[in-house]
Amino acid sequence: MSVVTTTVSHSAVNRSGSSFLRRREVPVGAALLFVLVGTSLSNHRFLSSQGRTDLMLAAAITGMVAIGETFVLLMRKVDLSVGSTLGLAAYVAGSAIKDGGDGQLIKAFAVGIAVGLCVGLVNGLLIALLDLPALVVTLGTLYVVQGIQAKIVGGTRITADRLPGDFVSFGVDRFLGVPKLMWIVLVAGAIASVYLRHMRSGRDLYAVGSNPPASLLAGIPVRWRTLGAYMGCGACAGIAGVLFVARLGGVDANAGRGYELAVIAACVVGGVNIFGGSGTIIGALLGAMLLRSIGFSLSALSIPEFWQQAVNGALLLVAISADRIVTLRRERAERIGQR
Amino acid sequence: MKQLNRLQWDKFVPVLVMLTLLVGSFSNEKFLTTSNMTFLIQSIGEIMLIAFSMTFLIIAGEIDLSVSSTAALSSCTLGFVWQHTSNIPLAVLSALAVGFVCGAINGLLVTKLGLQSLAVTIGTLALYRGLCFALLGDNRLTPFPTSFTSLNFKGLFGTWVPYVVVPLVVFGVAFGVVLHATRLGRWVFAIGQSKDAARFVGISVQRTVLAMFITNGLMAGVAGVIYTIRFASARPDGAVGMELEVIAAALFAGVSIFGGVGTMWAVASSVAFLGSIRSLLRLKGANANELTIVTGSLLLVSVVIPAIGVRVSGRRHSRSPLRGALDPAPTGGADLGNRGTPDEPQVLARP
Amino acid sequence: MNEPVLEVRGAVKRFGGAVALNGASLRLSTGEIHALLGENGAGKSTLLKALAGVHRLDEGEITLHGAVFEQGSTRRSREQGVAVIYQEPNLFPDLTLAENVFVGRQPRKAGRVDWATMKERSAELFDLLGVHLDPDRRAAGLSIADQQVVEIAKALSVDAQVIVMDEPTAALSAVEADRLMDVARRLRDRGAAVVFVSHRLDEVFSLCDRYTVMRDGATVGEATIAGSTPGQVVQLMVGRELTEFFPKAEAVIGATVLEVQHLTSRGVFEDISFTVRAGEIVGLAGLVGSGRSEVVRAVFGIDGYDAGRVLINGEPLNQGSPREALRRGVVLVPEDRRLQGLFMPASIDRNIAVTVLDKIRRRGLIHKRDERNVAQEWSQRLQLKHQGLGEPVDRLSGGNQQKVVLAKWLATNPKLLVIDEPTRGIDVGTKAEVHRLLGELASRGLAILMISSELPEVLGMADRVFVMREGSLMRELSRAEATQESIMLAATGQASVA
Repeated sequence: MSVVTTTVSHSAVNRSGSSFLRRREVPVGAALLFVLVGTSLSNHRFLSSQGRTDLMLAAAITGMVAIGETFVLLMRKVDLSVGSTLGLAAYVAGSAIKDGGDGQLIKAFAVGIAVGLCVGLVNGLLIALLDLPALVVTLGTLYVVQGIQAKIVGGTRITADRLPGDFVSFGVDRFLGVPKLMWIVLVAGAIASVYLRHMRSGRDLYAVGSNPPASLLAGIPVRWRTLGAYMGCGACAGIAGVLFVARLGGVDANAGRGYELAVIAACVVGGVNIFGGSGTIIGALLGAMLLRSIGFSLSALSIPEFWQQAVNGALLLVAISADRIVTLRRERAERIGQR
Repeated sequence: MKQLNRLQWDKFVPVLVMLTLLVGSFSNEKFLTTSNMTFLIQSIGEIMLIAFSMTFLIIAGEIDLSVSSTAALSSCTLGFVWQHTSNIPLAVLSALAVGFVCGAINGLLVTKLGLQSLAVTIGTLALYRGLCFALLGDNRLTPFPTSFTSLNFKGLFGTWVPYVVVPLVVFGVAFGVVLHATRLGRWVFAIGQSKDAARFVGISVQRTVLAMFITNGLMAGVAGVIYTIRFASARPDGAVGMELEVIAAALFAGVSIFGGVGTMWAVASSVAFLGSIRSLLRLKGANANELTIVTGSLLLVSVVIPAIGVRVSGRRHSRSPLRGALDPAPTGGADLGNRGTPDEPQVLARP
Repeated sequence: MNEPVLEVRGAVKRFGGAVALNGASLRLSTGEIHALLGENGAGKSTLLKALAGVHRLDEGEITLHGAVFEQGSTRRSREQGVAVIYQEPNLFPDLTLAENVFVGRQPRKAGRVDWATMKERSAELFDLLGVHLDPDRRAAGLSIADQQVVEIAKALSVDAQVIVMDEPTAALSAVEADRLMDVARRLRDRGAAVVFVSHRLDEVFSLCDRYTVMRDGATVGEATIAGSTPGQVVQLMVGRELTEFFPKAEAVIGATVLEVQHLTSRGVFEDISFTVRAGEIVGLAGLVGSGRSEVVRAVFGIDGYDAGRVLINGEPLNQGSPREALRRGVVLVPEDRRLQGLFMPASIDRNIAVTVLDKIRRRGLIHKRDERNVAQEWSQRLQLKHQGLGEPVDRLSGGNQQKVVLAKWLATNPKLLVIDEPTRGIDVGTKAEVHRLLGELASRGLAILMISSELPEVLGMADRVFVMREGSLMRELSRAEATQESIMLAATGQASVA
């Protein structure tokens, strides 16, 4: 009985054509809205100008890395080395411009991206050419890159007073009410979205993650796409590293530790399937935003911030469980509907 | 190249430990001293305990990233219960119970909902860590009775051998025997090699996987208790990143991330090897960062070399069906003719 | 209209020592539906794979419009206008149908994927094929029939002139099959050459214009459908001597071991009842996809069922527990040796002993010598060729692998042996050994239920034959009644005609 109604309501939804409401980003966006509105109702300072800036700055870095991680997750792979890459890029970029004059913004980004591309290249070559398991390879590079970072940093740290003034202010300045760092992420996200949605090679990433053997049969250059996705992921982590220095006005040996899992959590909460094949940049960014907002919301509600991690973890579990249950139900309805 | 495939590799890892100890003792007089050995063994205790049960999971084709948080949560629970009841046995029991529950949650999500263990345990890694902070706030608890924490400084029978050797040996032998010499162990390998074929031989795949997650949680709980004793404190940010060290050690030991392959002795040796390398490098003045690079590189090397080896030997094997087909057709009638003789009928129709 | 399009002459393909194609030929013309017929193992799929670019012929030639057809690349095959649609389509579940049609070569405008055009063109293709599919829908959850239509649309989108359908209707319901046949007719009317592989002769006779029959890797006949009768076609297909098969030895038929009563799994099989007695070999015949494997999986407890029950020696067997089935003396030798039957990376002795771990334990520990002894005993008994029992089974030949599978199950001393395709993909010598072994087991009182798609095997071995078609048991045939023709006709749904 209930099965019949499910089927009917399904086709009803189809007919009404409200495909927008069925998009995976909608519940995430709704949850984000709920958190933001709910919190600001009980604490008016939460969404004050300063509050908004802080929130966006915090979400920007996670979001930037999440854009890159999305490429990799879409292909049914994973990159655990993004946190280390972020840290290394942050330090190298910071060192490149420290004690120098203004006007080195481009240089910082170029250096950061170059570092990210190098790590991505190593990951990509090992995974695409040697068919090694992504989890193991990127766990290895996580350690290696982290070690290299810590080694070259040594006991030193880069502090704000040694960075060019315009770079430090870039980290806090706003444009049209939105922090410049966030603009960078939004622009990068827009480019990545267009690429994934509208370029053949971008579509290939979805195809590979959706059905790897079939994508080989369809003549998709799977190895090149894998290499490209890892390099893209590295580049994003590199950019995020530069954002990191700019925002914090400094960097030490611990920069980027633990980011990898937070970023994967953000992507998955935002609807990027960890099995590959589906997900969007918008979803990943919303996921990053949601996780960060919850953290800020907890402190605005005077709930100890310690709960943030627990909530993040629980949210991730809820997201994947809900996805799974929806899928199982749909498959069941379709199977019975066919007979 | 053939020497480098996994089957050989697992026997080579224990040799690596010996080599490291040998080279270490010649190159640095402080290395093979009792105090350094005590320290070395203590430093690998928790990792090795978790690696034992993690090996089961990885061989069965699953993974658990949440172990570091589970260990920390168990440690925090120990502190919390001690603080409120001043009852050490109760506190230790609660800590172990927390490990059990954490493992059970992972296992239930994986088996009942059919979720991927990687995703689930990334979630619980954050969740359990968050609960640590929720339990203790930002504080570290150090009010443990010295009768409890001094365990760490007492050698076994008054020697330099630290007490932690006892659980290491007991659990190591137990897990090794179960994995390599019992029905359950065979099931674990079978599940990792083909879940489908495992069902056809009557293995209850789900129940076995659930049991492995619970055991893994329990071992993380034990590790949490030992961690508390070692540092004489319970802290919500304890054991951060330990999950990666455990997994790196297992993978370095040749346990296949795709399941179905691995040995307990190699894992134990691998943890010991990574620990000794670290200890040796530290004595030689290397800092923690260089150690991290070494760990990561070893991990990469351990997967790259077998991959190249498999490629080389794989090319050879790809010809083997051909070789089989070129064999003269078995003279079936004649061969099987012997089988009907009265000498051996019991085999085909044992009562 | 009917000019020759594609021609295969003198095709020879060997896999190691086994000859899959031995002088096969095929001639296709524009605007025809051409049936490619033959028993399993006749070489049809090898020929199709040569057209698809998966295999390259050892000898012989393929011409397309009189020019040499470039072999050995799936991509080149498609570019030359030959599209093969497999029984199990290979779609991307997360992509929309429109994108599935155009994947890897999406239409572009100014460098960007032109979604509107892509959607429009795939809607046109679906229209052309006379189906109502939403191009914006994701492919996940699409029925097999619809997936095949999408594959056909894919073929049309590159303007394929030769469209090969490999048993497209095997997994379809009657309504879906009718629709698919309509699609095939439309393709023909547009001037394409359609190759239609099917075991259902009724379909072939209502749909096709001409046919080619293959047997033992060679083409043995080619004619128009209009000038032939089903009887003639079957005669061509099965005209094989039975001498290479061992007839089953006489055995005393004992008490009923397995009784299946009204077993039903909705949408899979319906109201299945049969018995198997000790000392008896019962054949379960039918086309691939007729529900044979599903029935035995349900009996053994791998899958559940909705109604009916299973009795072993008169006592009911709970559903859904292979463990209990094993305890009660029931074993199932599964269809897919590599995925379901063996643990490929594990050694021979581990594979054989995995079913009898309880018997080789002493105080809870596995006794390695016992394990080795069990493996030793069975590998000798089955004349297993190996380089030591520690050898991983993935290094063995197919025939030897099948022996390991058999050894592993026989080691449990079963009372009922259910065996799904006992000799698929193994060489003739080993095949004979397996047949001999099965006969011998039956004569010792084992009850055997055997699924086989090879008719001579069924005829040679089985005391009784049950024929399934589309999830139902069509006929029970005694040894005397069972002939290649009677089984084939029941399996293809022409029992009433015959």
